Amino acid sequence: MLEAGPIEYTLQGFVAMKTARRPLLLIAPSLVFLTALFAWPLIFGIGQAFTGTGGPTAAHFQRMLDDPYFWPAARNTALLIVVLIPLQFAFALTMALLLRERPRFSGFYFYLWVVPLAISDLAAGLVWLAVFTDRGYLNSVLSSLGFDGYSFLSHENPASMFIAVVIAELWRATSLVLVIIVAGLQGIPKDYDEAAEVFGASYWQRLRHVILPQLRPSLQVALILRTILALETFAVAQALTGRNMPLLVGETYQWYDFLQNPSVAAAIALMILTVSLLAAAGYLRLMRDQTGSPR
Amino acid sequence: MRRFALQVFCVAISLFMAAPIYLITLAAFSSRESLNEFPLPLVPTDPSTETLSGFLSSTGVIAGGVNSLMVGLNTVVLALLIGLPAGYAVARYAFRGRQPYQLFLLLTRALPIVVLSVPLARIFLTTGLYDTTYAVTLLHTALALPTTVLITAAVFVAVSPEQEEAAQIFGASPVQAFVRIVMPQALPGIAAAAVFTFVMSWNEVLGAAILTLNQRTLPAQVLSTLSFSPLAYRFAGGFALVVPALLFIAIMRKYLLNMWGTTLK
Repeated sequence: MLEAGPIEYTLQGFVAMKTARRPLLLIAPSLVFLTALFAWPLIFGIGQAFTGTGGPTAAHFQRMLDDPYFWPAARNTALLIVVLIPLQFAFALTMALLLRERPRFSGFYFYLWVVPLAISDLAAGLVWLAVFTDRGYLNSVLSSLGFDGYSFLSHENPASMFIAVVIAELWRATSLVLVIIVAGLQGIPKDYDEAAEVFGASYWQRLRHVILPQLRPSLQVALILRTILALETFAVAQALTGRNMPLLVGETYQWYDFLQNPSVAAAIALMILTVSLLAAAGYLRLMRDQTGSPR
Repeated sequence: MRRFALQVFCVAISLFMAAPIYLITLAAFSSRESLNEFPLPLVPTDPSTETLSGFLSSTGVIAGGVNSLMVGLNTVVLALLIGLPAGYAVARYAFRGRQPYQLFLLLTRALPIVVLSVPLARIFLTTGLYDTTYAVTLLHTALALPTTVLITAAVFVAVSPEQEEAAQIFGASPVQAFVRIVMPQALPGIAAAAVFTFVMSWNEVLGAAILTLNQRTLPAQVLSTLSFSPLAYRFAGGFALVVPALLFIAIMRKYLLNMWGTTLK
């Protein structure tokens, strides 16, 4: 290589090559690591889900679909996303707009409202179990007010069971949306809002035509993130209802841990991944339409 | 009048957010006997550590706590070791493949790759890693890594490259310039990223439950014994899992918006 040209030229070329290589060397470990822990199990999982004792088979998927818990789990997961997410956004938006008015103690309120950020869905389930269980705090309050107790978490009352899970998730996971919206609000210049106010726009008009449109990128990020995270929810339902309210990821756990059938577990896992991939693709497309770059 | 209404709303929401934490604390500090009463008292009548100590002395709880701590700390170290250089590269260099790399990170962040624990368990079984804290550490690092890279990249962008170049002009090597000039300025942000990673690892339950059998982390231990444990045990478990969260958020207050807010895009 050194004979290829004047020494100076080659040295410069070498230095340039070295600096061009440096970022690639810096990201290489993370690429290798993520590929090893993402692509490898993915390929292995596809193998697991599609091979039986006698070669390729769709039997595991058939078994997954035939399981009496599968369709309720799919329905519950979808229903949870559809009911929970609009509620969560309305709640988070309300909290963010209240904080925007800079009430006294707003620092304290913000701290209190974001505490659940660091609480796992298992912990949230156990916390709300103390409230909703048959001889729990809610029934205690009801009975001291003279009402009859109610079995909120019994499988005979699917509606109240579902509502309990929604409340627990609303309590736990709204803070993520709140933080994203508050961060988004901070990035919006106040000028437009003030101008609209000067020209006599009401609060609702300003919210509808000035604040929300500018908040759109943050709302989209939060929306997709929460949708995908909501797909992963299971421990909160497990803690509150056992298997009375099955969710898809919980079924993966059931098939793997209690039914000792990794193949069906892998089949459900692949299905969840596929659904999430579609959601993520939608997310990236939205982001790109929005800003022209994915970040 | 408007101010008053504002406070009423804020207090109402605060009650909704705080009441469950108050109640689980109350339950965790009640004796077994008073947990069997009905209606349950809403104020502490007979505070007792019986329920909590019963939980702590149950099989696998202390060991699970230690495992959780080990996994969390190891995950923080590993994720920073691998993620920090990558974050620096994304922040400082315009290189070919930067966009696809960031896209790759977003994809791995957005997918629930924790469900891949099922095939991962089989892979770990053949490599002898199954049922060790290392297996859980590897999984948690993979889960945390994309966020670590994105957060540290944001941290490094905020440190001016001019100072680093100046140090190099005055004869510091790139590594020296990084350690002496960049690190001190980036340290608070990196510490926040570390806490973020620890929280994620502390809370993750599905992967930990699938990848281990005896070396359970605390949440995995609580989850796997959930169906046959008494209510008192579950309340104490809930309390034990919530307490660290309160501490984390108190430590992280200043960085919350940066960590969970902006960089999650």
